[in-house]
Amino acid sequence: MANTVMFIILAVFIIGSALMCVTTTKIMRAATFMLFVLFGVAGIYFLLDYTFLGAAQISVYAGGVTMIYVFAIQLVSKRTLQGLEERVKSSKMIGGAIATVLGLAVVSLILLKTGFLVDESVADVEVPMKEIGMALVGSEKYQYVLPFEFISLFLLACIIGGLVVARKEDKA
Amino acid sequence: MIPVECYFALSALLFFIGVYGFVTRRNLIAMLISVELVLNAVDINFAAINRLLYPNGMEGMFMTLFVIGVAAAESAVAIAIIINVYRNFRSDSVDSITNMKG
Repeated sequence: MANTVMFIILAVFIIGSALMCVTTTKIMRAATFMLFVLFGVAGIYFLLDYTFLGAAQISVYAGGVTMIYVFAIQLVSKRTLQGLEERVKSSKMIGGAIATVLGLAVVSLILLKTGFLVDESVADVEVPMKEIGMALVGSEKYQYVLPFEFISLFLLACIIGGLVVARKEDKA
Repeated sequence: MIPVECYFALSALLFFIGVYGFVTRRNLIAMLISVELVLNAVDINFAAINRLLYPNGMEGMFMTLFVIGVAAAESAVAIAIIINVYRNFRSDSVDSITNMKG
């Protein structure tokens, strides 16, 4: 029962913040509402007993990615910040709304037609951290050391790529 | 216990709100924020399917974890590109970038 109440609160929070995020014309507000959505999604992970995932979501997304966005907004868009920019054409808005509603209708239809076999044996307990750690750095079947190492390489490549792209070009 | 369809409905709504933002916004950073909403919707799906339909495996959870990492890297590179675009075109709207238009 408590789970259901929490889920409804989180769902309303997420959907409301997401709607505000895409409809507000000020970019700074959009970034703030994105932060709220990220917190709500972290709450969904906590509700699903994936505590580690929720902590990773908060630390990486809410702590890291949102900071990058705020920095970029402060660096880039002085006029947009003051709310003078970003007029949305109404024809584009109607087209986007129609495409969105059509897509949502198709996806909802598919979801409603599909019967999901829910495994009722799932206990309402947290996934043990030891198990996660062993699976993350183990090299046997259903263990994930290769993608784990690969993502570290990928992050390194992205750091170098970001530096190269954002670097000031030499005038020479 | 919350039925799994509720999670799917939530993530479908979030996904298409993100799609709507991506289609209607003309600001590069706002479009990137919409992409983040879409990625979060997919993450919810992975976690809910893993937890409620296949609670013995951990694939969905690790998929979500790696998606979070990839999204962080992706947004860092995209922000670098946007700052460069702003430096060259003095604008952060997609309509101003017409160099590659045929």
